[in-house]
Amino acid sequence: MSDAILTTHNLAIGYKTSPKTFHNIASNISVSLQPGELVCLLGPNGVGKSTLLRTLSGMLPPLKGEVRLLGDDVYKLPPQELAKRLSLVLTEQVDVGMLSAYTLVTLGRYPHTDWWGKLTKQDQAIATWAIEAVGAAHLAQRNLSELSDGERQKIMIARALAQSSIAMLLDEPTAFLDLPRRVEIMQLLRQLVRDTKGAILLSTHDLNLALRLADQVWLLASNGNLYVGAPEDLVLSGAFADTFRSEGVEFNISSGEFSLQRVDRGKIHLVGQGLEAIWTTRALQRIGFHVTQHTTSSNIFVEVISEPSSVFWRTTNGKAVFIYHSLYELVKSLDVLIKS
Amino acid sequence: MPNPNRKLFLPTLLITLIFVFLLDLALGSVHIPLSEVITTLLGGQAAKTSWTNIILKLRLPKALTASLAGAALGVSGLQMQTLFRNPLAGPFVLGISSGASLGVALVVLTAIAIGNPMFLKDLGILGDFTLIVAASLGAALTLGIVLIVARRVQDTTTLLILGLLFGYATSAVVNILLGFSSSEQIQSYLIWTFGSFAGVSWNQMTVLAPVVLLGLIVALVLSKPLNALLLGESYARSLGLTVQKARFWIITSASVLAGTITAFCGPIAFLGVAIPHLCRSLFNTSDHRVLIPAVTMMGGILALIADLISQLPGSQIVLPLNAVTALIGTPVVTWIVLRRNSQKSFPT
Repeated sequence: MSDAILTTHNLAIGYKTSPKTFHNIASNISVSLQPGELVCLLGPNGVGKSTLLRTLSGMLPPLKGEVRLLGDDVYKLPPQELAKRLSLVLTEQVDVGMLSAYTLVTLGRYPHTDWWGKLTKQDQAIATWAIEAVGAAHLAQRNLSELSDGERQKIMIARALAQSSIAMLLDEPTAFLDLPRRVEIMQLLRQLVRDTKGAILLSTHDLNLALRLADQVWLLASNGNLYVGAPEDLVLSGAFADTFRSEGVEFNISSGEFSLQRVDRGKIHLVGQGLEAIWTTRALQRIGFHVTQHTTSSNIFVEVISEPSSVFWRTTNGKAVFIYHSLYELVKSLDVLIKS
Repeated sequence: MPNPNRKLFLPTLLITLIFVFLLDLALGSVHIPLSEVITTLLGGQAAKTSWTNIILKLRLPKALTASLAGAALGVSGLQMQTLFRNPLAGPFVLGISSGASLGVALVVLTAIAIGNPMFLKDLGILGDFTLIVAASLGAALTLGIVLIVARRVQDTTTLLILGLLFGYATSAVVNILLGFSSSEQIQSYLIWTFGSFAGVSWNQMTVLAPVVLLGLIVALVLSKPLNALLLGESYARSLGLTVQKARFWIITSASVLAGTITAFCGPIAFLGVAIPHLCRSLFNTSDHRVLIPAVTMMGGILALIADLISQLPGSQIVLPLNAVTALIGTPVVTWIVLRRNSQKSFPT
């Protein structure tokens, strides 16, 4: 496609291990970043996601092939010109000493300003826009060291935005954040990519979010294969299951989540309704039971009794009947029962 | 959105600098009234001829040297703290002063081997240049080695230990050289290590001042790259900075500044570490476009105060300058270390 922002053709990535030998991580990578698209780069730990990002951003020379950004080879572009087209957000936490959030964002104007870094009216307007775009206008005058990890990451993204580059690469931008902050940042990036018609590529371990938000997923497998497609395409083709296959964990193709393989403890017959029943099922599955709603050969019977003021559980095992007032008690006694 | 208060700080610093400068001219073993000092500086004659002589021949070059030395050491320390991303970096701690000392020792002590102890004095300005070049090369060499190690070693503590070890190694070489020197030479070398702003003649000033001013101008021009380096090398690069080139110029200007001052005034401790921190806290910023002018003036002020104290005004005694700077510097560095520790007690 001719309107692609960044393209690679037969790219091989890796790094020098000694002057003559190379460690090849992946070859024959031919991918592209399209305007307005959020692309998530996924893959197991240590598979070379950062190496791919470093190669795409021109920090590391490709072993073969080339990366073209708006038609020019990124590795040969002068640094300043490259910075005008491509911005980065890295995992590393930076300790910048004493800078206000706003001053840090204005550093994004670096490739556009003169030798002294003097900000024109336009530079200031762009920096203000960037900090507002990430929803951090209220943090502008705060010192960076006073901010939380999530707030700081937003400021780093604002700094990248202020660079006015058409492409933005982010290396695990949500690594240090709690779940709500991750969702917030990912949604923010998706919104930004729509609004600016740029391209955003980010590496992440957050499968769930990537599956829900990415326009495209690049899945880098341990064998050096890069699977590319809509997240759903890769689920259906089995690429996810293959890439993340490991002992004791399996990719559940219908839920799009990973589930633990557990010992089979037999069947349990559950009767109940509503949220209580759903979470009782989860609790029982957690300790290895197969939960059914039908009368079966199972001789353990669990009933969820929801009353307006309280919830309790009644189990019937043969002739013995027990009452529990929390799932913790229920699970604990079933655990003991099965072991004996 | 600049802080309005910050605009007043720089003029305040400048006024303080001028005041302390005049004070340094007025006070000493002989007390000269401030009005007489100003008259003399404006080209007039002081009430006593001896006062005019004391001011113009002794105290003025000394005060100028102190201002330049404080500025140079402070800016050099600031550049190194940013480059190493280490709050304790400075000309002294990382062994740069030791490197400069080695350069000086090599020149001073081999001058004896050539057979003429007055060798350097005879060379005049050429000899001064030899000293500057030797001290700067020694400083640059040490800084270069520390930087190579620093790229492999990310750990701050390891780096500081290495700097310390480097200091030991260079002083060992100096000790060996001293073993082959006459007691007279050893004494003059030792006095040099005490540090002093008083040894610079007007002739030498024609070398010292331009070199330091040039180093300071280069540092000022490097403000923008230094700001980018606050984010670390990867980010600086992504902002369009050619890191290798910037690093070369930063090292060059830092080692010329520290090396030149060390050549003329001896290895002066602590000023280089303490001044940047004082300015950062005072101005509440790490922006080098503010810090470099601020450090230049604050450096001058602190060095002049240190000189004033070492003169023990009213007495004939002169304390070793290094003792005074260490006594000012130690509390500041202690405060930095303790404050950082309390910040880092819950690592993210």
